[in-house]
Amino acid sequence: MAQATPTTESPISGSSVRRGDRVFGGLSKYAGIAVLVIMAAIAVFLVWKSIPSLTTNTGNFLTEPSWNPDGSPPVFGIAALAFGTLVSATIAMLLAVPVGIGIALFIVLYAPKRLASTLAFITDLLAAVPSIIFGLWGLEVLISGSEGIQRWMSDYLGWTIIFRNTLDLYGKSIFIASLVLAIMILPTVAAVSREVILQVPSGHKEAALALGATRWEMVRMAVFPFAKPGMISAAMLGLGRALGETIAVALILSAAFTVNVHLTEPGGNTFAANIALKWNEAGTNGLSALIASGLVLFFLTLTVNMIARWIIARRAEFSGAN
Amino acid sequence: MATSLDTRPSTYDSLKGGTLPPWAPGLVGAIAVGGAVVLNATTGLAGWFGTTIVGALIFVVLQSIWSFAVEGKRHAVDRLATTAVYSTFVIAIVPLVSVLFTVVVKGMKVMSWGFLVDSMRNVSPRSPGGGAGHAIVGTLEQVAIAAAFAIPIGVLAAIFLVEYGRGRLAKAISFFVDVMTGIPSIVAGLFIFTAFVLGLGLERSGFAAALALAILMLPVIIRTTEEMLRIVPNDLREASYALGVPKWRTVLKVVLPTSLAGIVTGAMLAVARVAGETAPLLLTTFLTQSYNNNPFEGPQAALPTFIWDQITSGTPASVDRAWAGALVLITLIMFFYIVAKLLANRFAPKG
Repeated sequence: MAQATPTTESPISGSSVRRGDRVFGGLSKYAGIAVLVIMAAIAVFLVWKSIPSLTTNTGNFLTEPSWNPDGSPPVFGIAALAFGTLVSATIAMLLAVPVGIGIALFIVLYAPKRLASTLAFITDLLAAVPSIIFGLWGLEVLISGSEGIQRWMSDYLGWTIIFRNTLDLYGKSIFIASLVLAIMILPTVAAVSREVILQVPSGHKEAALALGATRWEMVRMAVFPFAKPGMISAAMLGLGRALGETIAVALILSAAFTVNVHLTEPGGNTFAANIALKWNEAGTNGLSALIASGLVLFFLTLTVNMIARWIIARRAEFSGAN
Repeated sequence: MATSLDTRPSTYDSLKGGTLPPWAPGLVGAIAVGGAVVLNATTGLAGWFGTTIVGALIFVVLQSIWSFAVEGKRHAVDRLATTAVYSTFVIAIVPLVSVLFTVVVKGMKVMSWGFLVDSMRNVSPRSPGGGAGHAIVGTLEQVAIAAAFAIPIGVLAAIFLVEYGRGRLAKAISFFVDVMTGIPSIVAGLFIFTAFVLGLGLERSGFAAALALAILMLPVIIRTTEEMLRIVPNDLREASYALGVPKWRTVLKVVLPTSLAGIVTGAMLAVARVAGETAPLLLTTFLTQSYNNNPFEGPQAALPTFIWDQITSGTPASVDRAWAGALVLITLIMFFYIVAKLLANRFAPKG
């Protein structure tokens, strides 16, 4: 074995050593590549298995609100599912983002420093509660507990149309699903916002306070401008979670294939909930149709998540504040 | 210290501007609570929720008026914002406490030793009795198999990203790990179903469910392990290289042991997260009412699907069982959480 000349690149040399590194480095590389393979395989398998139902579908997949893939002829479409999914996830995001950012501000800037990690742990506990338990809670506690408020909203905010309840029936509705989703994505929004707020340079905050700003003015002038991209991606990540949430929504929605803008009225359905509810009664074509709707959900969440990650990555590259 | 010599308090006060006394929020709070209670007793309002809202409104309005009169607009706005920030935390705590409280109270109703060891075999949905023993076994087996797949692959992938990965491949992997974190759990279930049941023609089993759970665990483990590896000081690696230790042995003998506690914590958190997943199990392993200790053959129950089955049966007895199942599940998950936290504290690098 020839004496190795020291290089700046690698302090070690020798062929036997290199072999160990090649094996171990190769193993770890393939483990990393496994991630890419799984992501690609998900797309490929879902496309492959959704083709049969899409080719036999006699309705328009995008605009048809009903779901009857096992009938003859099969008619199904995602209009009702897309409506319910987008509306419930958007409302959940709109509710969760201000509260989540508030929690992050509270933990980082308002609460006593000694309590910060305990408070963060408590909000993380919210993330530990499984989705089926949120579903149970929504079904047995929230629906009955919020009837008074929903009636009040229908009476006094009915002019907004979305809160008007023409049936005077308050039960398994998109509104309840949105509330539960908002609670479920709260820890995600709070955790990501907390991370970016922690990164705000203390020089910025102290400068604002030294100029005589009140605490809120400091937050508005020093924290928000710096943390804004991070907060936007926190909102997107929350939206992504809300779009794909299944079991809580499946328990709470009464799974009707209608597009109803009165959100407190019973009804509504989402991609994920529909798959879970229809799965065991579906025939061959039905399974394929459900897989097709799952494919739409996959690409929807993929897009939302990619945008969120792209915003974070861009901020990391351009932030010159540190 | 010039002001201390100034004996004219009026000038001093006009320079400083008014401030509310420190007990002001307490007083306003007491008035708000009192006002809300009185209004609730006299007019009814809309239950406890309406009472809370009215109380909060009284607090906000009173405080703003007082602060505006004494301190001026900027401080009034600041106090308003502080109230809003504090109340967001309360808003987060209320559902958490409500969920945990409901689970414990309703779950204790039919909780017993029998519930933990019995199965639902020959128990009709309407009759009381039965248990979740078969589901507990299923959950433990499925989560263990999922961990056996996800932890080695995840740790290796993280090692690649931190120690070996350079260039576009590492960037792409890192990006897709982040994106993978956002995959809906039901899509993971759909994928395993299409690949294993439709693609390979295998039957639904606990093993298929475990694979779906592994897909959900993988990105979490990669992310937490990566973070832990990155905080291992470079000095340790360089000291090892300087002694002539090759890179792979440095990783195995120096970097991994240093960050082991963090990696274990991350793995426990990932386990806690997937243990409560329902959607992928519904698609990949069918429900069963009896013990099936073999995850590779036939349908296998799990706690989340047990709860789902009981709640959708909808009879009083089965709803009670659903809540008891929820209590078992949440206890299991909290156990993982607390062990993870204890490990993190116990083995955290000292000094």
